[in-house]
Amino acid sequence: MLAVVGYYEPWWIQIVKAIVIFAVALQLVPVVLMAERKIMGRMQGRYGPNRVGPYGALQPLADILKLLTKEQFRPTTSVGFLFAAAPLISILTAVAAFAIIPFGDAQDIFGTKVGLYGVDVSIGPLYVFAFGAIAFYGIMLGGWSSGSKYSFLGAMRGAAQLISYEVSQGLALVGVIMTAQTLSLTGIVHAQGGMWYVVPQFFGFLVFLVAGFAETNRAPFDLTEADAELVGGYNTEFGGGRFASYYFAEYLNVLVISGIVTTIFLGGWMLPFGIHPPGWVDPFVVLFKMSLITFLFIWVRATLPRLRYDQLMSFGWKVLLPLATLNTLVTAIVVVAAN
Amino acid sequence: MPDTPDTPEQTPAYTASLNVTAWNPGEDVIEVQRTPAPGAARGTWRAFRETARGLKTTFGRIAEGPSTIQYPEEKVPVYPRFRGRHKLHKFEDTGLEKCVGCSLCAAACPADCIRVVAAENTPENRVSAGERYAAVYEINLSRCIFCGYCEVACPFDAITMGHDYELSDYSRSDLIFTKEMLLAEPLERTPLRREGE
Repeated sequence: MLAVVGYYEPWWIQIVKAIVIFAVALQLVPVVLMAERKIMGRMQGRYGPNRVGPYGALQPLADILKLLTKEQFRPTTSVGFLFAAAPLISILTAVAAFAIIPFGDAQDIFGTKVGLYGVDVSIGPLYVFAFGAIAFYGIMLGGWSSGSKYSFLGAMRGAAQLISYEVSQGLALVGVIMTAQTLSLTGIVHAQGGMWYVVPQFFGFLVFLVAGFAETNRAPFDLTEADAELVGGYNTEFGGGRFASYYFAEYLNVLVISGIVTTIFLGGWMLPFGIHPPGWVDPFVVLFKMSLITFLFIWVRATLPRLRYDQLMSFGWKVLLPLATLNTLVTAIVVVAAN
Repeated sequence: MPDTPDTPEQTPAYTASLNVTAWNPGEDVIEVQRTPAPGAARGTWRAFRETARGLKTTFGRIAEGPSTIQYPEEKVPVYPRFRGRHKLHKFEDTGLEKCVGCSLCAAACPADCIRVVAAENTPENRVSAGERYAAVYEINLSRCIFCGYCEVACPFDAITMGHDYELSDYSRSDLIFTKEMLLAEPLERTPLRREGE
């Protein structure tokens, strides 16, 4: 199923790549965390954290240390091993989804051909959706096994949100897949040589981005957390390392969605105006584009208030889904007419 | 009720002379201009436009810069009449304490946080200008509500409210300020707001 397209890599390269990707993901999360707090601070007329280290740069480190050294509390109403396993599901799926983001084309490194991605699966976006769907087990099981009403309500909202938005998210990508005629993410990037898909698939891009906000439970769709009404939603009862896992997974999901948007709509490692830099620049191009999308995530969080639950539902079903369907339909007609 | 009014103010002629007309409830109603409820496409467009407007606003805040005052390093100057920690005063020329131990401050204190024990001045040991002086003068700042009544009650202006507000401490007993502490100059001066600032 996870067929590797185009070339063959020795097994040890796969292992090295897995370690590198995990390390990169671990490094990127605190950066995003810090960026969010700083940027949101500026947008709200504050400085953001600036006490720990130069310009507060060590704040995420301090936070993580604090969380990891805290007591592993669990309520007496919590259910069995699920309470401990749920944060792990979240973090596992986030890291697994990170594996398929292509940071560059296949490169010649010391005579071995190495793709700058974990694995180039032939089912590309489906892999992301599959792990996105499993990620919701992390939230749902976590919320349910806490044995708290707040957690349970948050989890139920999460489940409803997933069903509403994953449909539109999937449909938004169908247009791209039809145009590129491939499901491989590197293939989709290569298909964007002429023009990035953000232009011909603009509505697909919009729908995917908005659905991405909902998928990652970020504002304005953070109803699963909804600190104002549900204390902390699904993670109300979690503390210490388990809470840190959820937190980590949330920000990693933001990065994953940014990476997918970059790959599918913003031309991946391609640069505009026909500039072809050497291969080692590719990851930086991808990271730069990812940081732009991540900035958008932060920007929107600092701007928009949380939606009401019925607004969330009606927006998903009455606006996003018709828009995505229409986009797919029009793209299908154009593709057929062009051939 | 008799038909004829008791006071001239209530006669119809007097009311008419004031040029008062009866209140018409419909008169003050303002017509609210409402646009028709938007349909799906219009509503979506409006939501999109308003979102973009909000994003513009938040982005503009970055350029404005933070309005935070970095507290321990920067301090907001207090106004001259700010009621901070109390001060006891001495006469500048003689060096005698102004407080005569009359306990009026303690009587005025609504939080009951002042304790005064008076003692007689003697020719060998003259502390204050009056007959008596405060042998013990304690203010429990963990109870003080900084109302300033002690300052108002004092007949000799011996106690005034100062400008210090950084009064946190590690134990409650450390917050009981003795006479010596109240007489001494504060270690760090609180910035004072000048005229027109």
